[in-house]
Amino acid sequence: MIMNMLDRKLVRDFVRLWAQSLAIAMVLACGVATLILSVGAYRSLEETRATFYDRYRFATVFASAVRAPRHLKSRIADIPDVLSSELRIAEPVLIDVEGMREPASGMAISLPEFRDPAVNRLYLRRGRLPEPERSSEVAVVETFADAHGFEPGDSFEAIFNGRKQRLNIVGVVLSPEYIYAIGPGDMVPDPRRFGIFFMPEKVMSGLFDMEGAFNDVVLTAARDADTRVIIDRLDEILKPYGGGGAYDREDQISHAFLDAELDQLNAMATVIPPIFLAVAAFLVNMILSRLIALDREQIGLLKALGYRNLTVGMHYAKLVILISLAGILIGSVSGWWLGRGLTRIYAQFYSFPFLIFRQSVDLYFLAGGVSIAAAVAGAAKSIWSSVTLPPAVAMRPPAPTTYRNTFVGALQRIGVFSQLSIMAFRHLLRWPVRSFLTMLGTSMSVALLITSLFSYDSIDYMIDAIFFRADRQDATITFSVDRGPQALIAAAAMPGVMRAEPYRMTPVNLRHGHRELRMSLTGVTPDSDLSRVLDLDLFPVAAPENGVILSERVASKLKLEPGMTVEVELLERDKRLEDVTVVGVAQSYIGLNAYMHLDALDRLLRDGRQISGARISVDEAMLDELYDVIKSTPVISSIALQGVSRDRFRATIEENITTMSTIYVTLAVIITFGVIYNSARIQLSERARELASLRVFGFTKAEVSSVLIIELALIVLAAQPVGWLVGYGLSWSVMQGLQSDLFRVPLIIYTSTYATASLVVIAAAVASVLIVRRRVDHLDLIRVLKTRE
Amino acid sequence: MNEAVFTTRNLTKIYLTGDVEVRALNGVDSELYGGELAVLLGPSGSGKSTFLNIVGGLDRPTSGQVTFRDQDLATLSDGKLTLYRRNHVGFVFQFYNLIPSLTAWENVALVTEVADNPMPPEEALAMVDMEKRMTHFPAQLSGGEQQRVAIARAIAKRPEVLLCDEPTGALDSKTGVIVLEALTRINRELGTTTAIITHNAAIRNIAHRVISFIDGKIAEVQVNDQRIEPSEVVW
Repeated sequence: MIMNMLDRKLVRDFVRLWAQSLAIAMVLACGVATLILSVGAYRSLEETRATFYDRYRFATVFASAVRAPRHLKSRIADIPDVLSSELRIAEPVLIDVEGMREPASGMAISLPEFRDPAVNRLYLRRGRLPEPERSSEVAVVETFADAHGFEPGDSFEAIFNGRKQRLNIVGVVLSPEYIYAIGPGDMVPDPRRFGIFFMPEKVMSGLFDMEGAFNDVVLTAARDADTRVIIDRLDEILKPYGGGGAYDREDQISHAFLDAELDQLNAMATVIPPIFLAVAAFLVNMILSRLIALDREQIGLLKALGYRNLTVGMHYAKLVILISLAGILIGSVSGWWLGRGLTRIYAQFYSFPFLIFRQSVDLYFLAGGVSIAAAVAGAAKSIWSSVTLPPAVAMRPPAPTTYRNTFVGALQRIGVFSQLSIMAFRHLLRWPVRSFLTMLGTSMSVALLITSLFSYDSIDYMIDAIFFRADRQDATITFSVDRGPQALIAAAAMPGVMRAEPYRMTPVNLRHGHRELRMSLTGVTPDSDLSRVLDLDLFPVAAPENGVILSERVASKLKLEPGMTVEVELLERDKRLEDVTVVGVAQSYIGLNAYMHLDALDRLLRDGRQISGARISVDEAMLDELYDVIKSTPVISSIALQGVSRDRFRATIEENITTMSTIYVTLAVIITFGVIYNSARIQLSERARELASLRVFGFTKAEVSSVLIIELALIVLAAQPVGWLVGYGLSWSVMQGLQSDLFRVPLIIYTSTYATASLVVIAAAVASVLIVRRRVDHLDLIRVLKTRE
Repeated sequence: MNEAVFTTRNLTKIYLTGDVEVRALNGVDSELYGGELAVLLGPSGSGKSTFLNIVGGLDRPTSGQVTFRDQDLATLSDGKLTLYRRNHVGFVFQFYNLIPSLTAWENVALVTEVADNPMPPEEALAMVDMEKRMTHFPAQLSGGEQQRVAIARAIAKRPEVLLCDEPTGALDSKTGVIVLEALTRINRELGTTTAIITHNAAIRNIAHRVISFIDGKIAEVQVNDQRIEPSEVVW
């Protein structure tokens, strides 16, 4: 096939403009890649989760009781829309792993005999499931096994009701219930210190005195069932057995964390790609309008030769499409590659038995279509001008650029600025829209950097607030059931314990009007010094004699303010309802919280002084002795270690943020480079003659480049405050996307983050200007002066 | 006759266009004398522009010598050539080459800012009768006016030589005359050595000497005993 002449020109233009085309293609590629990455990862993660849930019958409703008889089974199964149910025994235990100093927390869950569970089935990774009669056989979740290098045949010890027992691992499993397994008191999963294992039902009931009884129920419901109805019925059935507080899948921790992750990917898909597409559209606009200005006489000639207006327009549209295709290709390949990488990270972070890497063709078409549309939209005005240019006018040179004596003239009279600076100022103001858009494009890089870096600041602030202001204890111990006041004295008497503060927790439903939230109500002593309730300014407040303090998220979700009354449904007390006055609002970044004076909570529950556990500060030197005692104390069901928790949290978050920041810094550098490099090249093309003249008059290379550099420097400088502002806004919206009932991230941006963002962008701008500067240095003086503009 | 400002000996410039060797200058021996007004005549491609570019420090010869006073221009570094242009040479081009973003006054000031002993921009503009249009931008000026601003800009630094490449090439005869008048006046009043390239033979008679180029060589040097005023030039 012989290429027609216009297409030959097209290919040659594309090759000639390769550097600028590449800069634009790279910006487009970023948009395409982030779109494919985020939507692709979203779909992969969602599909993987859905498939796992579906195949392994993940429950839709969860509930627990203290001790309920098994004959309730038929009543539960008869609840309308319930498809299947499984009655289980689930007990928190302490785990003692050889070589590990501190006790780990664990959860022992029963497995039915001679059949698979009807709900929450296990995926067997290695080995087999425990045999019904073998009291020491367990199957452990893969994360815990991997963290300790356990294989079938290995063993560890667990403390059941104060009795230490050696357990033999026969299988390694995955559960849809623990895709994201987070231990008590932890903020991120720590597979080393949190293990879930499964034992035969008969063995469990023997260990926990649960013959013919259960304390945990999971069930699946029909697809379109109203889970609220099921929850109400289930609560009713379990109410006499210390039950109540059944909850929906939405409130299940592992599920909710995955939801938060999916939301985040969704936010990424909607916030980031549009920025790149807009910047790319602007860049296309910039270089195409310049190209058409340079091609003016050729356009006139083509039309004089009889080419149709539309053919000429199409010629330029094709160039834009060619650039877009390059961008789409680069973006698709890198998006695919990054998407695979991200999905692999998910595979490590979350426990899925398999991973469905979902890369549907429609996504690529969508990304490609959107990119071409953005680029062509950016080019529309220029293409239109080529279409409408009358040939006779086109063949005459364009009228010289007119400048107006704006206030730059006043600068002139002050006499501070050289004529070279005046040139830069005038040129800048001569094309205010272009200058503004260049500035805006650059500010997007700054904003993008701030948006990616601010999480360091927020997390840092959060860690300070949580671990150094609010929960300053070294460890939190939880009793298997609430105990009398003597338990605190016993806790305080343990080796190494320097201070022990009691707390009490009870599950409640808080209600205000039609709004309702399920959470724990915590009783604290007013003289608590280790664990403190903080007000909105992070100052500690003592719980008053009466009333409840709500965390900010609870208050805002229930539309409550101090002075108003909240209805408290006591889930462990037959759903008894009590009205309590809200006396304060507290800052809290994790979970949903409500606090009361311990005495007030005791009065509310009407059973005298009871405590759920204690927060303790410990003498480091006596940790081993303390751990030994805890491991052999039957009443302690779990221990949360603040220091380990904090380090783990910091490490996990930092790893995530570092990965993301690297990506974002790359993206921001690409935008800056695309914008500044293209602006400089366009300027150079428009002003080659001017700059060459200056060289002829005896201005040095440095002086001549300064005209270009001053203008770009002004643009880059003006972009900084705008970028900071936009960055703050974007960070705010990203942060809104991160808010959930599980955790809240405060919006904190340190000055150093603004500075870092600016420095990176300025460095990228300087680099791109230096590249163009080399061209200024090599201007062909004679040729430039001989040609007519 | 005054002493020679420029001397060239066997000046040769070869351009390579693709595989074709073009001898733009082929062994030119010449002098330009202090205070003279020389017209360089010749058809396109005869080498006169190349000659002017080399003398003006915009280009280097392939071989041969070119000296400005006692300085060998052929051996100067880029930086030295820049300084040479800045301090000694004024250029006027066919297409004016004014900076569109600067007013007439500012275009002149552009040069006076970096010159050692410049005249005030107003004075330079007055010499070309442009002092009334100082605040106008190039786009607001006619071609002749733009060229006069370009001349003012060239002379404002009191250069020793003024090199003009087709200064009237883009102008009609009437404005061309006005521009030539400005050039002869400057040559007369300031004593600036002036070289004017043209292929308009009618202009030859305003010069002290006419140097004709053909095929990269000087074909003839003619000394005018009787010079005419620009207004007498018949186009």
